[in-house]
Amino acid sequence: MIPFTFDYYRPDTITEAVRAYKELEGAGRFPIYYSGGSEIISMARVNNIHTKAVIDLKAIPECTVFENNANELVMGSAVTLSAISEANYYPLLTKACGRIADHTMQCKITLGGNICGTIRYKEALLPLLLSDASVIIASGNKLATIPIHEIYNHRLNLKKGDFIVQFIIKNKYLSLPYFHIKKTKNEKIDYPALTLAAILDEGRVRLAFSGLCAFPFQSPKIDTAWNQEGLAADAKIHEMINHLPGPVLNDVYGSDTYRLFVLKTTLLNLEKELEKMPCSN
Amino acid sequence: MFKLEGKNVITLTVNGEKRDVAIEPADILLTVLRDQLGLTGAKPGCLNGDCGACTVLIDGWPVKSCLMLAAEAMGHQITTIEGLKNAPIQKAFVENWGFQCGYCTSGFLMVCHSLAAIHPDADEYVMEEWLQSNICRCTSYEEIRHAIRSIITSA
Repeated sequence: MIPFTFDYYRPDTITEAVRAYKELEGAGRFPIYYSGGSEIISMARVNNIHTKAVIDLKAIPECTVFENNANELVMGSAVTLSAISEANYYPLLTKACGRIADHTMQCKITLGGNICGTIRYKEALLPLLLSDASVIIASGNKLATIPIHEIYNHRLNLKKGDFIVQFIIKNKYLSLPYFHIKKTKNEKIDYPALTLAAILDEGRVRLAFSGLCAFPFQSPKIDTAWNQEGLAADAKIHEMINHLPGPVLNDVYGSDTYRLFVLKTTLLNLEKELEKMPCSN
Repeated sequence: MFKLEGKNVITLTVNGEKRDVAIEPADILLTVLRDQLGLTGAKPGCLNGDCGACTVLIDGWPVKSCLMLAAEAMGHQITTIEGLKNAPIQKAFVENWGFQCGYCTSGFLMVCHSLAAIHPDADEYVMEEWLQSNICRCTSYEEIRHAIRSIITSA
């Protein structure tokens, strides 16, 4: 079914993984880090990617850790979306993960895979952006802790050979009032015309979007526009649209006009939901 | 570090038995189960993770075997429809007419079996979430819903 062959490596440690990548890269094997693997297999099946080696990260203990300690939630990059939903440590992330693909696929897709893959929507990223997550990166011979807003700014800024080991979220974010809604063109299980996630933190709303532009984003300018006092919702929405960080997507899953219409109506719904927060949607 | 370079024999644990298979690292689990082990209950449908006809259980959780490498399954418990021996969900499907042509049935059975084991008290919302992973082109959805509901409520 996959129309080419590759070799399979399953390192037991971060060091082994980084070394394997370096050696395979040097040998011209075009290695790819592999986590859940569903996107890699489906892309390989239609020759959209090619590799001669995959490095499966699922045997590395640091990549599968999943614990909520006194101060923070630590999630390995190879933790599956269904494991996140079942544990429900962070209800907003549970909501986001529960709307990515279907339930059985959520048993295979991993948090790191959703965020590092080539599919543009990366919906699991929205709660991480809103909660100012820290990201542990395996980079060369060391681990680096980087704020998510540095490692992700409209695109993931990972150097070749680096991979995400863990995401860490401070506990204070886990129980904040939140709003999450995913709008699709037709089917429930589909790519989003718009996914909007929001949290209410110390009276201030923070918003993150997927499906609106070519990349997911969270924008301080948009948050500021939304949080203006004494301005009607229509006027706030108009100002927010002026601060979008890129052109609105215009494709088979929704025209730009349609997506903007969905954005406006969803923000008006958000306004109503905020009146009765804490809430879910 | 485990390495699989080129064609090799590996051991999979399928329905409680150790089974040796000769695989290329790029072989997907579905074709290995069907072509090497003769376990043809898992069906090739879309081969893209959409239809659920190829669903098997890995350590008790449903996984679409068209989007899993056979190499990845090493060290895990694989359960196929052939491994269900008169499970309650099988009887429930028969009693509730939970199938027509039958092509999707093994995938639905595996999802329902897993759901009943993991969430024996599942509510309608959870049932719907899990069952949305599979497609029945004969549209037996209502009867399948009755079948899973009958064993959830009796659990």
